[in-house]
Amino acid sequence: MSDHLINCTLHLADNSLIMGHRLSEWTGHGPMLEQDIAISNIALDLIGQSRNFYQYAANLINAGNESKTEATEDTLAYLRDAREFKNLLITEIPNGDWAKTVLKLFFFSNYQFYFYQKLISSSDEQLAAIAEKSLKEVTYHLRWGSEWVIRLGDGTEESNGRIKLALEEIWPFTGEMFEPAEYEKACKENHVSVDVSEIKNDWQNKVREVLERATLSYSQDEEVWMQSGGKNGIHTEQLGFILAEMQFLQRAYPGCEW
Amino acid sequence: MNNDEPLWEVFIRSKQGLDHKHVGSLHAADAQMAIENARDVYTRRMEGISIWVVESKSIHSSNPDEAASMYDPANDKIYRHPTFYDLPDELKHM
Repeated sequence: MSDHLINCTLHLADNSLIMGHRLSEWTGHGPMLEQDIAISNIALDLIGQSRNFYQYAANLINAGNESKTEATEDTLAYLRDAREFKNLLITEIPNGDWAKTVLKLFFFSNYQFYFYQKLISSSDEQLAAIAEKSLKEVTYHLRWGSEWVIRLGDGTEESNGRIKLALEEIWPFTGEMFEPAEYEKACKENHVSVDVSEIKNDWQNKVREVLERATLSYSQDEEVWMQSGGKNGIHTEQLGFILAEMQFLQRAYPGCEW
Repeated sequence: MNNDEPLWEVFIRSKQGLDHKHVGSLHAADAQMAIENARDVYTRRMEGISIWVVESKSIHSSNPDEAASMYDPANDKIYRHPTFYDLPDELKHM
């Protein structure tokens, strides 16, 4: 059970860290000053969430493992390789243009929103507490992302074209959210974590509502082939590039602080 | 930077006090977006609990060139100050 709990916690930590890192790439490059700050705030929220999960994971790892080097939030974020990361693929795919970024964020925040809503009732007090704190942040991310999707979809010919293209590109990365990994199946047994298949309906209803308001058609049938693998450490080539940039300093100068 | 979007003036009410104070301005496409931008730009450090936004073009201001005729005549009318009255205890927020 303990290994499964560690993996569940790392999965949530990795989701937030990689998504937060991706979004932080917009800092200084946002389309307007105001949106630059908005998306950087969201990135910071996510990195904050990941810290809470990593700290908890580190405690769990150290509790069951007294002989080896101590795990910390930093060793988990900076010293694991791509195959050990359990983030969803949607968090690591490149930002692309603003349309792709906001659609990606909408899908992911929508997932986090329903996930954390259930995680609040987890039998694991620590996970429940992190979920409660994070849900407030995610509620805003979801609102912000939804409004941008609607604004672009129901905007100009160009913005509509861009969000349609983004929809085609990102949709295949949404299926993975609702396919439980082994550790997720194990963790739902004692209500430690969430049964992801249970939140699929809510997620789809929200997506349908927002896409309709954005004048985009929700005709994504179940037959579309979905990408998966991230939860089990099988990633796109993109994660390697993210880690190379994110981990370089700690690997080149171990223990470096500034 | 794209400045096609109209300019908005932002007013924030802090935890202390009842008034919304002018804190600055920003660009946004509509009021909803202006409130969200204000939240992200001006309340990052727990500055506020309420936000007002108003399109800058809706604000009309007095002309600085007329300051003398507008404000100077009040200088010697000390009797207009209510400082000679005792305020009842029930009166709040004065």
